[in-house]
Amino acid sequence: MRFLQPTTWAEALEAKAAHPDAVAVAGGTDVMVAVNFGRLRPAALLDLTRVAELQEWAPDDGTVRLGAGVPYARVISELGDRLPGLAMASRTIGSPQIRNRGTVGGNLATASPAGDAHPALLAADAEVEVASVRGTRRIPVTDFYTGVKRSALADDELIAAVLVTPPSGPQQYSKIGTRNAMVIAVAAFGLALHPDRGAVGTGIGSAAPTPRRATAAEEFLAGELAGAGLWESRAELPAATAARFGELVATAASPIDDVRGTAAYRVHALSVMARRTLTWAWADYRTAQEV
Amino acid sequence: MRLTCTVNGTEQQVDDVWEGESLLYVLRERMGLPGSKNACEQGECGSCTVYLDGVPVCSCLVPAGQAEGCEVGTVEGMATEDSLHPVQQAFLDAGAVQCGFCTPGLLVATDDLLARSLADGGGPPGDEEIREALAGNLCRCTGYEKILDAVKLAASRMAESAR
Repeated sequence: MRFLQPTTWAEALEAKAAHPDAVAVAGGTDVMVAVNFGRLRPAALLDLTRVAELQEWAPDDGTVRLGAGVPYARVISELGDRLPGLAMASRTIGSPQIRNRGTVGGNLATASPAGDAHPALLAADAEVEVASVRGTRRIPVTDFYTGVKRSALADDELIAAVLVTPPSGPQQYSKIGTRNAMVIAVAAFGLALHPDRGAVGTGIGSAAPTPRRATAAEEFLAGELAGAGLWESRAELPAATAARFGELVATAASPIDDVRGTAAYRVHALSVMARRTLTWAWADYRTAQEV
Repeated sequence: MRLTCTVNGTEQQVDDVWEGESLLYVLRERMGLPGSKNACEQGECGSCTVYLDGVPVCSCLVPAGQAEGCEVGTVEGMATEDSLHPVQQAFLDAGAVQCGFCTPGLLVATDDLLARSLADGGGPPGDEEIREALAGNLCRCTGYEKILDAVKLAASRMAESAR
């Protein structure tokens, strides 16, 4: 095994081009588990922690460009106001030790259906910026996940950043597990209300081969809110609308039975989480000052 | 590969480190510092918690090469020649140690918590804050009550002596 330690982004891309079988490692919270248990013996580890460009975030043309190497602890402490959904998801991850090291870029690279950042990124219409020596491209996060722990990332590409637009409305996140800390989600749900464009964003975690949106639920709710003039009136949301939204979110899932929970439980849990997060988000929207 | 880093203030250099090796393995097996414990090897239990450039991390999940040139702090660096660290003393006095396997990680995590909460004259942490800060450290003996007592005892003693 080789240990490659580039100090600039250009060097990192050259290293990945020269060693397409190298496994990139940042916080190590996924990669090292696989190495420790003998499940991963890559030809090389490509350490990205020395690449300063990855450790930064900055406003970028109306979005926040979050460097792939920014740990969850900093998403929580520095971006709670700008990216509330992602910060909520980040607070549910692992433990302080894990949040000090784990990164959103790593969550994307692993592309586990249970990754905690994914529902928040899906709900917020995030884009993933990936790069290689061939150039840079941006992939809508919806298209990034291609299968269980598979992504649209090519062998010579690395994740540079994720671009997330600060919200025009409330965001919520909910996750089910056996306790509050150190839990892989049994099921998770992210919600974003986009009053600026009359849209609704959703993200389902741990209940399908990939993280995915609940498109029918999004369209239903956006239609109900527009049809009843609720975006403008900020009136109470009918309970039946929230319940139907929950049912439609559950319908979008295709979970399996596994050690963490049954498929039937996950479907039920999603309908409850979707209804609850919508109720919380709508309460936030009703009390928020109009902008 | 060769690894050079500073551990508890002393520069350490070791050779023939396997590239997939964890910082925990290097500390325990190559540097003779077995205080940090090896239990789950997947970041679940916190018994291997060390400082890496001042930040508490699970050393089992740090590829050794990432520690090159870094400052590592382990439980062995807490006590002085003459006395235990106040956090260590409080764990003993409160009966927060039973089998002791989780203790090194809890000591480092508690030290980090108290350093943050007592900084700039801040008060001792509340129950919620302690539970959140120690959520990544599993103990299978104590039921945590004595550990909470120990953290509060250490906090009050350290706040007192800082006055």
